[in-house]
Amino acid sequence: MAETHSLQDMRQQATVASKVFIQRDYTQGTMCQFQTKLPSDLEARIDKQQFEETVRTLNNLYAEAEKIGSQSFIEGCLACLTAYTVFLCMETHYEKVLKKIAKFIQEQNDKIYAPRGLLLTDPIERGLRVIEVTIFEDRSLTR
Amino acid sequence: MHLGVSESMRECEYSQISTRSSTPMETPYKKRTPKKRKWESFPGRNKFYCNGRIMMAKQTGVFYLTLVLILATCGLFFTFDCPFLALQLTPVIPVIGGVLFLFVLGTLLRTSFSDPGVLPRATPDEAADLERQIDVANGGTGYRPPPRTKEVEINGQTVKLKYCFTCKIFRPPRASHCSLCDNCVERFDHHCPWVGNCVGRRNYRFFYMFILSLSFLTIFIFAFVITHIILRSHRSGFLTALKESPVVVCFFSVWSIVGLSGFHTYLISSNQTTNEDIKGSWSSKRGKDNYNPYSYGNIFTNCCAALCGPLPPSLIDRRGFIQSDAPQLAPPTNGITMYGATQSQQSHMCDQDQCIQSTKFVLQAPVILTASTENGGILAGRTALSLGGPCTSLPLGQPTPPTSTPSLSCHEDPMAHHHFLTPEEVPSPPGMLPCGSPMGHSHTVQAGFYNPASQDSLHEDSVRGLVKLSSV
Repeated sequence: MAETHSLQDMRQQATVASKVFIQRDYTQGTMCQFQTKLPSDLEARIDKQQFEETVRTLNNLYAEAEKIGSQSFIEGCLACLTAYTVFLCMETHYEKVLKKIAKFIQEQNDKIYAPRGLLLTDPIERGLRVIEVTIFEDRSLTR
Repeated sequence: MHLGVSESMRECEYSQISTRSSTPMETPYKKRTPKKRKWESFPGRNKFYCNGRIMMAKQTGVFYLTLVLILATCGLFFTFDCPFLALQLTPVIPVIGGVLFLFVLGTLLRTSFSDPGVLPRATPDEAADLERQIDVANGGTGYRPPPRTKEVEINGQTVKLKYCFTCKIFRPPRASHCSLCDNCVERFDHHCPWVGNCVGRRNYRFFYMFILSLSFLTIFIFAFVITHIILRSHRSGFLTALKESPVVVCFFSVWSIVGLSGFHTYLISSNQTTNEDIKGSWSSKRGKDNYNPYSYGNIFTNCCAALCGPLPPSLIDRRGFIQSDAPQLAPPTNGITMYGATQSQQSHMCDQDQCIQSTKFVLQAPVILTASTENGGILAGRTALSLGGPCTSLPLGQPTPPTSTPSLSCHEDPMAHHHFLTPEEVPSPPGMLPCGSPMGHSHTVQAGFYNPASQDSLHEDSVRGLVKLSSV
């Protein structure tokens, strides 16, 4: 029973034990991709497959955001023709995908990571440099 | 001075107490201090206008010159040449001229005012983590560790990622640190004084559109002014005609602008940055197998990628409000975040909390005295932290980058900057010690103290404060 917590409870009760940072993976070039390898500090807390799945989904979402396809081409041309004023009323494709990513991370936190005393921070809040994983040490456990 | 000291002491103690006793999410001092936006405490040397919507480099004098030149030339053209040409030839001429002029102005403003792709600096936790990893890799403590680089294989080419001592990150490939703006910029092309901003990933396409449309505009004006002169000189003399036209400015700018556009067209088609081209990173002269790993192979795709690719959002969130319980930046001027840092148990700065506690005993008075020289006593937290560990270490050994004199063509600038990039990468002495090391080390005290952290006047004050300290 002590294992499962809601995100709110955790934030209020738990102390931050440490943070782990998942760095960027540049082997594909400058595209935003993160390393899928599970850091040693998290091995005790979460299943390797689960973690890799999360990061892989994130990577796919970022790839979708940065994809150079017909949609981005049309958007680019339209923007150029309207002197970029079109973005006053419309969101860029990238921003739309970022919203999707934020929702995905929220979901993952609620379902998978919070119950294990972990918290993923949206990489956009860290300048797309790292995925910050906060490891909480629950007070109730240590008592 | 004394008042400031006692105030900041009181401030520090108050925050310590409130951390201990209660666990509120909202803290009392949140109500006291007004909410600040992140741009107000941005660590780079940029200027912000319109409450964070507009972002420019520090020196904008040449940008105003550019504006004046464009406006003056076009103004003269529309006033003196267009009436004649509209009557003699066709009224379409001023219309096309007008459209070109508006396009040039629009792209210029867009290039100058937007975020070029600045990478936000690492949070103290990140920096600490990286330091720890690097130290482990180096095999323990070295007084002067070797330059920090990481090698990565991209599309078959080995690319070196360099560690930025100012921003405390490993720079992504193609990113570079602009010494004028003191920021790491993604896909850094060059710093353009004519535009008053860096040219990077987010504004390269606007910059290219600007110089392209400006070339067309100058050629357009030049051609029609010549036409005007020729038509007039049929009636009156050649010299009187010449007097009435803004030819001279056009003549010189045509060649430099057209040349620049041509150069950037070449860069776009080969998917290189000015920086890479000047360094010859992907030139075949370096080696037989040297090729550009970022190129898509054909010119059309490269152009599409550069000009019509998705526009990434700004990573620095200029207009966001600073969260006092979850500080994400460690800027030199913001008083709020450090208080926040010592605040709740769920704050990100728990390591620093420990740092503060343990080093407090070692250096209570001197640290707080130093704090008095800066506003709001931030340095108390910062110095304590840097002394205890890398949680926030003041950047050491940064050479003061000189202000580059504006050169005629933008792409000459990175040449100057390269010379400054390398000294920056030379690792600096002690002061960047891992948090894991025992907190009470006395030698870290010294290390923390002698560094003019940056070229800011605020830091000059703190250095003066430190000097005063030593005399106490």
